[in-house]
Amino acid sequence: MSTSPDGRTASAPPGGGVIHDIGYRHYEGARLGRAAIVRALYVDSLRGAFGLGRSAKSKVMPFLLLAAIAFPALVVAIVVNVTGQSEFPFELTSYAFLLYIPLSLYVAGQAPASVSRDLRFRVVSLYFSRPLLRQDYVAAKYAALSTAVLGLLALPLVLLGAGGLLAGFPASDTLAQLGQGLVGAAVTAPVMAGTGLLLASVTPRRGLGVAAVIAFFVVVTGVQNALQGLAVTQGRDDLATWTTLAAPISTVDTMIAWLFGTEPTASVVLPDGAQGLAWVAAAAALVVVPYLLLLVRYRTVSVS
Amino acid sequence: MNATVARLTVRGLLGRRRALLLLVLPLVLVGMAAVVRVVAGADDGTAVGLVGGFGLGTIVPLVALLAGTGSIGPEIDDGSIVYLLSKPISRFTILVSKLATAVVVALALGALPLAAAMLVLADSPGALVVPYLLGAAAACTAYAALFLCLAVVTRNAVIVGLLYAIVWETTVAGFVPGAQNLSVRQWSLGLTEALLGADADRFGVTAAVAASTGGALLVALTVAATYHGARRLQTLPLTSAE
Repeated sequence: MSTSPDGRTASAPPGGGVIHDIGYRHYEGARLGRAAIVRALYVDSLRGAFGLGRSAKSKVMPFLLLAAIAFPALVVAIVVNVTGQSEFPFELTSYAFLLYIPLSLYVAGQAPASVSRDLRFRVVSLYFSRPLLRQDYVAAKYAALSTAVLGLLALPLVLLGAGGLLAGFPASDTLAQLGQGLVGAAVTAPVMAGTGLLLASVTPRRGLGVAAVIAFFVVVTGVQNALQGLAVTQGRDDLATWTTLAAPISTVDTMIAWLFGTEPTASVVLPDGAQGLAWVAAAAALVVVPYLLLLVRYRTVSVS
Repeated sequence: MNATVARLTVRGLLGRRRALLLLVLPLVLVGMAAVVRVVAGADDGTAVGLVGGFGLGTIVPLVALLAGTGSIGPEIDDGSIVYLLSKPISRFTILVSKLATAVVVALALGALPLAAAMLVLADSPGALVVPYLLGAAAACTAYAALFLCLAVVTRNAVIVGLLYAIVWETTVAGFVPGAQNLSVRQWSLGLTEALLGADADRFGVTAAVAASTGGALLVALTVAATYHGARRLQTLPLTSAE
């Protein structure tokens, strides 16, 4: 503990917590450090991604989109039970791809809410005046939105899995499919969240972030579709598969299908043997590169 | 119409990063058309598919959304609209000036690139370019008026506009044919189909509504959105941001 010339004390305990003694009353309680701040920021951002702890209006969109994403799964789960089918009408690994539009709308709504407002209202300067490092802020926001998207995708998958088990599908097969779907969701979530956060962090103005994120997701998919259509009309199904690398969601979809040998949704045919490693590398890059670019972005963010 | 308001709106629209986003969208469309042209050669079917689907369905609404909401949304959002509203200019003039700017920007960055993409890709551009240019121009005008009105009415104009342009016009209209009757895209496609005349069948262009209906609805929407936007601007509540 050090004493400054005017007799006030500024204490910096081992944990890295900072409580400034400005002469009103002393604090004797536990001093939580940097890790606790990161945890708190993570939890708060995760709650915020569903509008919890924010205004009632902010809750409408996330829960509407959660319903839009979970509802088809619930319907399918009920239908397979009522009609007594013996398998799902689609692969569980393709669920994220089929519900790409509401998924990207969710990310487009929540990524700017998570990071743009902090930048616009210059709240980041308050965060960075605490023991929280800039990379901690990025890590907490990235993890929070990834977890939110994962939850968004996991709920319908679990509903489908439960529906399948209730309908008497082979248990091991259904659980394997569910596991594959969850692995797919675990890759899709950081890919979507990272891209969304990166675009939102460079567009602090209200509304612009939303537009930038959704425009990116819609346009890259449109480009990918057009390129794929072109390759198919040329009779080059192998080339059509390569075009799935043009958009994030189709990259992940193809990678998961190649990994588990399931039916791909985005492409016509699976990558040939070891070529699939290209999709694994691309998906890994889609997870890592936005994170690194976010670190770069926040290294130079102005706090004045 | 007030030249100063229009000039300030242009600066607000194209002065910041928004210009980048606005420029990227048409570049993507024309670039795609060029790539397809090089790889597959000129083809009318591909041109109608790419320009009519991706161009008219995605690029034009997005550009008009950015131009329409961007010409007034940020000002309402940061409160600086009060300095404009306190000037001795009628609110109607302000709205019309902003709308004119948004329409010109949407035409320049939405309709013209669409025609350029058609010119690059089509095998018989003489028949296709003008109908698509006029159809896209009509769509740009109606979208810009609609989204400008939305920006005055709600702070979530971008999300609401996206829900309409992407979810309603593309996804819902794909499953529910009735939804196509309430779609700016189909109305303007009706105009294009009529302008193509007898060639429309050959190019595979079919709109859900007739040209007369579509044209009337486009005009009605533009006028109604402008009027309602101006009315709402006259009684704009100035609350603080979230």
